Amino acid sequence: MRGAAAWQLDLRPGDADSSGTLFISLGGRWRIDQGLPAPETLNDSLDASVRRVRFEAEQLADWDSGLLSFVAGIGRSCTERGIAIDDSGLPPGARRLLAMAAAVPEQRLAGRPVGPQDPFAQVGEATLEFFRGAPQMLAFLGEVVMSLLRLISGRARFRTRDLWLEIEEVGPRALPIVSVISFLVGLILAYLGADQLMLVGAQIFIADLVAIGMVREVGALMTGIIIAGRTGAAFAAQLGTMQVNEEIDAYNVLGISAIDFLVLPRILALMLMVPLLTLYSGFIGMLAGLLVSVTIFDIGVFEYYTETLRALEFKQFAVGLSKGTVYGAMIAFAGCLRGMQCGRSAEAVGHAATSAVVTAILLITIAASIMTIVYYQLGI
Amino acid sequence: MYATPRIEVRDLSMAYGDFIVQRGLDFTVNKGDIFVVMGGNGCGKTTLMRALVGLQRPVAGSVLYSGEDFWNAAEEEQQRLKRRLGILFQGGALWSSLTLAENVALPIAEYTGLPPARVDEIVAFKLALVGLAGCEDLYPAELSGGMKKRAGLARAMALDPDILVIDEPSSGLDPLTARRLDELIMELRDSLGTTFVVVTHELASILTIGNNSIYLDSDSHTMIATGHPQDALKNGHPKVRHFLTRGGTT
Repeated sequence: MRGAAAWQLDLRPGDADSSGTLFISLGGRWRIDQGLPAPETLNDSLDASVRRVRFEAEQLADWDSGLLSFVAGIGRSCTERGIAIDDSGLPPGARRLLAMAAAVPEQRLAGRPVGPQDPFAQVGEATLEFFRGAPQMLAFLGEVVMSLLRLISGRARFRTRDLWLEIEEVGPRALPIVSVISFLVGLILAYLGADQLMLVGAQIFIADLVAIGMVREVGALMTGIIIAGRTGAAFAAQLGTMQVNEEIDAYNVLGISAIDFLVLPRILALMLMVPLLTLYSGFIGMLAGLLVSVTIFDIGVFEYYTETLRALEFKQFAVGLSKGTVYGAMIAFAGCLRGMQCGRSAEAVGHAATSAVVTAILLITIAASIMTIVYYQLGI
Repeated sequence: MYATPRIEVRDLSMAYGDFIVQRGLDFTVNKGDIFVVMGGNGCGKTTLMRALVGLQRPVAGSVLYSGEDFWNAAEEEQQRLKRRLGILFQGGALWSSLTLAENVALPIAEYTGLPPARVDEIVAFKLALVGLAGCEDLYPAELSGGMKKRAGLARAMALDPDILVIDEPSSGLDPLTARRLDELIMELRDSLGTTFVVVTHELASILTIGNNSIYLDSDSHTMIATGHPQDALKNGHPKVRHFLTRGGTT
């Protein structure tokens, strides 16, 4: 005897003349915290000889939805097998709840279609999805360009306060993280260069390597990736949440361009601030190079300084600044695009933020490659 | 002589992909009507609203504003027609980065070119009308659900539109606030001649303010009744009477 603390289940086939009735008697405590049996355990007993099932509950001490789901499960099995159910032995409350649950038939709504499970098919689906996204991306690009043209002709309207808020968020507030990353990258560049240049005794060229590397390429790339993660994702999340709250719809209905009002200040802020951060990043990288050269490789401060000045021509800055501007535009574009495409749920906002970072880094890498090749061919 | 109806909807069908939400909708909203769109959850009321206000292109049919076909009009024409509409979204859809006053002021400043001082006066008056005087400098996140809804109404009527489209005005409001909102709607209709399209399943509102209605059925995906809600209650389609009496008739 396990006492009234646990559930009890007894199956008792009826007499031969009682037209194949199976008595299921339930006793003890049928609560969900009691470790209940699965309704399927009775499937073997519901064989062809059973034509009717009757529940008995004289010994039932206590019950909750654990009992109900068990009885409902048996009910389903019985319906499949064409077995009649007699639940008149159950407590009246349980019978009423069971009747309520059965009152509205299962609905078949057009839910999310189940995708193919085959990995090859999934790769195919993902590829098709990517190319289906391309026209949307181009359409958005078109709208942004139109908006920029409106800005130039003085017809685009947004609040300058928004622009300043974004500039503050992207610029000064990003300085600490840009400083740390740029310093460490400058350090790595210096060590990497020293390792090779020592072989030919030309340590002094560490200064050239770090200065040109940071100002021309790495500063912009590092800043781009930091800002993509920091600000691109934030843009997508902000615009995505506005999409969820129907705020974007409210702009559209009023005939106020959401692109002018929301996207334009963000793109301008990044196009202004990423090049400035790139310059700053280059400067911090060179400081790190100086520190390594002076302390580890015995190069004089003044020597390093003059070598750096000699290495840096205006065109290096021009290349770095142009890359920073392009990366800034790409990050803002990706962030705003994913935000505006966002669906109407919290999950969709998270997806938009992730997707914004991925898209931004992809665009940055493509742009970096193209620009590097073009500048090389032009001899800049 | 009849004036051209404010809104005519002809054989309108809306779909998401292959899934038809509603088809063959046909109704007319006259000036000064409070037109109620009724129906159970998920029957396509909000989708109809989005098709009316230009947010979602229907797959078939037309929406005419004072005789002008909205969905076949050019972009600038659509903008002009939209300017005659005010919309209150279900959750208020206030712009979260702006204060209440800025929310209401933005459409006014955008379209009237009034000096800021005059705009501020109008904003204060609109907010007072919906019972939010003194809340000008609050941000939407600082408001309760009911306040957001009332602020959304203040913004929707910022430009004194001919037609106000309201999605679920009283959901989430306590009975007294909901009644105040109903009274405000009727007062605006009487005093300014505003036409209302109200999407709702709030029975008290439907029967108090509505003078014309349609009922969207989610099983047959079309409208099964149209007319005055009181008539629908007395001798309408059995499904509509069932709905209007909370299942009291069979």
